[in-house]
Amino acid sequence: MDMRFRLQKNFPQILLTGVLLTLIWVLSLSSEFFFSWENFRNILDQTSVHLLLAMGMTFVIASGGIDLSVGNLAALSGVVMAVAMKAGMEVLPAVLLGYGVAVLFGMLNGMVVSYIKISSFITTLASMSIARGVALILTGGVSIYGFSTTFKFWGTGSIGPINPPILLGFIFFILAAFLLTKTLWGKYSLALGGNENALRRTGVSVNLYQVSIYCFSAICAATAGLIMTARLNSAAPLAGATYEMDAIAAVVLGGTSMSGGKASIIGTVIACLTLGVLRNGLTMMAVPTYYQQLFNGIIILLAVIISKMRSNREQ
Amino acid sequence: MSTVAVKPFLEVQGIKKKYGNVEALKGVDLKVSTGEALAIVGDNGAGKSTFIKILSGDIAADEGEIIITGKKHKRLNPKTALAAGISTVYQDLSLVNSLNIAENIFLGREYKKNLFILDEKTMHREAGELLEQLGISMPSLYTEVGLLSGGQRQSVAIARAIHQGGKLLIFDEPTAAMGVKETAAILELIKGLAQQGFGVIVISHNMEQVFDISAYICVMCQGKVAGYMKTDEVNPQDVVALITGAAELEDNINFRGKQYGHAL
Repeated sequence: MDMRFRLQKNFPQILLTGVLLTLIWVLSLSSEFFFSWENFRNILDQTSVHLLLAMGMTFVIASGGIDLSVGNLAALSGVVMAVAMKAGMEVLPAVLLGYGVAVLFGMLNGMVVSYIKISSFITTLASMSIARGVALILTGGVSIYGFSTTFKFWGTGSIGPINPPILLGFIFFILAAFLLTKTLWGKYSLALGGNENALRRTGVSVNLYQVSIYCFSAICAATAGLIMTARLNSAAPLAGATYEMDAIAAVVLGGTSMSGGKASIIGTVIACLTLGVLRNGLTMMAVPTYYQQLFNGIIILLAVIISKMRSNREQ
Repeated sequence: MSTVAVKPFLEVQGIKKKYGNVEALKGVDLKVSTGEALAIVGDNGAGKSTFIKILSGDIAADEGEIIITGKKHKRLNPKTALAAGISTVYQDLSLVNSLNIAENIFLGREYKKNLFILDEKTMHREAGELLEQLGISMPSLYTEVGLLSGGQRQSVAIARAIHQGGKLLIFDEPTAAMGVKETAAILELIKGLAQQGFGVIVISHNMEQVFDISAYICVMCQGKVAGYMKTDEVNPQDVVALITGAAELEDNINFRGKQYGHAL
């Protein structure tokens, strides 16, 4: 591939990197606390949950769908882990149970979307509500808190200069990049979004792949749930609300096509970092958190418009 | 250069298909051998596309049997149709625009280095070799298919059908949206395939094309086979008469009586 083609293809990611660097530069000038490892570690830590959800979301959107349930699913898996541990279960089986419940939801999402052919938007909107409902029922609406040190390690521990959330975020980033670019699963995720019928006509079991994509998204959500619960030492049934919006914003901003068929893991990661730095900067400048929702909405809208304009021009 | 086959490669009997109350196919019988090109012609709504979609496993027939090299199939799906040697170049081409040329040719039949990792290098090399063998020139194999011209896209779809290992290649309106030069190249390619021993079914509206490439013509009218004949024994007017239903039934029977099941 020649240089010009490469530049053109990776334009959203290059532009976004420029935005990120500019943002870091401006914030460094405006606050002496910003440009320090302490703060960067803080940003990475805060970003890890969004990044995890966005990794799964990248595949779902690449395959032509959307998964609105991830935020609530993260909360539910945290709640399940908490309830299990409170009932006397060891940490590992409790965590696995949390993952198991999430995967069940992923399977439900995937099967309804692929076998019954209901739009992913409606399907995951419903499962989003179901997940929240189950979390509220399991907890009676009250947060569960106070866990063992082994469990809390996953949110508050330290591994050298980084911590487990950052490590998990990094592992999932590498895993997602590997899956997307090197494996059949990644290729079929793109083909599904690009032309589902074409993939089916080559004899591929399209439904199976579709279900597995929603399961992967659910696994990412459960990992986010683990971090959220361990970090706060508390499983709140109402945690993670609107996190799916952050994930969608990052995916679209990173250059993954909203209509499916094209995806960039590195783009999603850069977008997550940009949003993380922006959030950090807004907090430092004492902008009320209410504004962050507003910004998120505007960012999604802008990203979708830009993405649409790009694809129009390509045609 | 048609080869004399002992048995037809494909034989269908009594294929029926309804969409709601509409009878798209009212019992189709047909035989196709390898090494020859069969053209299926007919008016819009005659059931051509429904028929080939049943052959390629894209949709299931309500009734009837499909016999491929002696093996009976009640119904096919894309996987079993491909495994039995039927590859289809759909009218919409069924390409993934966001994937590149090599990826599209290998779609559904990718090579892997090990359990997880795709063998992109070998796939690109073989895709290049295949295209060269077919006499198709392409820009870089890394080009996204969405950026190609109509003829190039058609060529990619044909290359994929051949790569799928099809013995019988079905083309649904292969030149519908193509320029003159590209059309000529595609027709040459299709003619060449029949000479190389592939079975070829072409669906077309274009009489000139039909007479140019096919050895046999099957006329479909209102969900049935209205006539089946050797291309060099009829003229376009006869065929058009059958397509429009203007020809006498008696003539139809004569056509069928003479030529039906020639491969036996």
